[in-house]
Amino acid sequence: MSTSILQVRDLHVEFNGVKAADGVSLDINEGEFLAVIGPNGSGKTTLLNLCTGYVRPKSGSIHLDGRAITGLTPRAITRRGVARAFQIPQLFSDQSVLDNMMLALAAKDGLWTMVRPLAQPARREEATALLDLVGLRDDKNRVSRTLPEGHRKLLDIAVALALKPRLLLLDEPTSGVSTLERFSLMEALMSALRSRNITALFVEHDMDVVARYANRVLVWNAGTVMAQGHPDEVFKDERVLKNVVGVA
Amino acid sequence: MRAILLIGAIFAIVVAPMAAPWLQFVLTMAIAKGLAALGVAVLLRAGMISIGHAMFFAASAYGVAFLARGGVSDFGLLLVLSVAITGLAGAVVGAFLIRYRAIFFAMLNLAVSMVFYALFAKLYGVTGGTDGMTIPVPTMFGIVLSEPTFKAILFYGSVALMVVVGLAVHRYLDSPLGHALSAVHTNEVRLEYLGVPVWAVLLVAYIVSAVLAGLGGAIAGFAIGRVVPDFAFWTASGHLVLVAVLGGIGGVPGAFIGAFFLELLHTEAAAFTDAWNLIVGAALIGVIMFLPKGLYGLLTRSEVSAK
Repeated sequence: MSTSILQVRDLHVEFNGVKAADGVSLDINEGEFLAVIGPNGSGKTTLLNLCTGYVRPKSGSIHLDGRAITGLTPRAITRRGVARAFQIPQLFSDQSVLDNMMLALAAKDGLWTMVRPLAQPARREEATALLDLVGLRDDKNRVSRTLPEGHRKLLDIAVALALKPRLLLLDEPTSGVSTLERFSLMEALMSALRSRNITALFVEHDMDVVARYANRVLVWNAGTVMAQGHPDEVFKDERVLKNVVGVA
Repeated sequence: MRAILLIGAIFAIVVAPMAAPWLQFVLTMAIAKGLAALGVAVLLRAGMISIGHAMFFAASAYGVAFLARGGVSDFGLLLVLSVAITGLAGAVVGAFLIRYRAIFFAMLNLAVSMVFYALFAKLYGVTGGTDGMTIPVPTMFGIVLSEPTFKAILFYGSVALMVVVGLAVHRYLDSPLGHALSAVHTNEVRLEYLGVPVWAVLLVAYIVSAVLAGLGGAIAGFAIGRVVPDFAFWTASGHLVLVAVLGGIGGVPGAFIGAFFLELLHTEAAAFTDAWNLIVGAALIGVIMFLPKGLYGLLTRSEVSAK
């Protein structure tokens, strides 16, 4: 039986009376690739915000490897091994693609021991290898704000991977990525996750991507988990077909 | 190419007072203001404008005056102690102010600096009020120096300090900590999600900027031989921002280029007219309109186009 690395229990949060999480409990098991699907505005991104400390729950608890992380800051949770890629890429737009990567690698190494220049040969090599993985090698010297949206998305994912997380939370990783590049990105991502033993949760609207890559699907609707299970089972569920897949 | 130009410029600064002795004081003051403007430029990297850094410039000069009054006479000791005190003041003030951004950060720096100014001006019995305090010629390794000898040593020492401190700040800005500082400007959220404590990045930068302003203030105090409350007045802080923007924040030399340009322009313009501020203002408008990266941007631009 696989071990649960993230345990969410009876989570409640609401914004102006709208319940984004209404007594949610869930587990993320080590090594799995868990997809979260649901209509727009159902609270999927809020789940990521809660798990990373960006939003504090009204009640309930979140444990990482059995240790409570409820109420910790995003910084503290990141340092415990949870990384995040965003729906709207969060980059250092004035810095080069390579510098974005090297800063992430330096942050992982511990910024305070770093008095030497950012561009160490080993760090540059590691950053270039990760950029290679997501197909951004040719863009490495470009200032990140000049990248097309799809490439910014890829860089955001590469930055999260540079943190060598145990758990990676991805918010719509394929949105903004061209149809042609979508599956090659997912293949590269899956390969990176497997080779680095990274567990991942990803919010996704593309059901083809979900069906092909997720080990388990969690259906989020109106702040609750409507269904969960293997993609084949979930996509046969009438309620899911009617309320989520048809509109997601 | 840029390195050759900078080495040439430093050589010119070193030999200039031999041809025109009056330049020695002007250039010493330019270095003092350049160091303080570099402090302001460090914070500008994070998109934070301080209109109050003259408080550290003044605090250090007053520090020298108080230490001298207390019996410390060695130049090196006076410099190190006064700058250390300023660094400590920077840590205390910075711990409160780095929580704020944009106009709030600028205005709170201004407010705190005016508190410093008021204390220097009103505590007559301690600070001498608007008359200020004298800074006597210090000794060096126990040797009593004549004033001209000390001023010459101060000038050449300042040039050396400009080079050493400039290289150290360049190294700092090129380190992960320096890159994180620029990253505060563009995306604080991502920085937190990298596990980087933004408050610590900013506090280190604030202390570095206070120390740089303190170094400048101590040199200015030694060069003038007196410190007055006007050292901390808000227009002096504004002047440091002006120097930093004029020179450009793209690199360490920018602050010094701005300081030399402004000091020399001021000296020359003041010789012709009382309305020298008009000339300085016109020069600033020209730089902002045509050189958004400041005067230093001219150097980097010519280098890029030469590639």
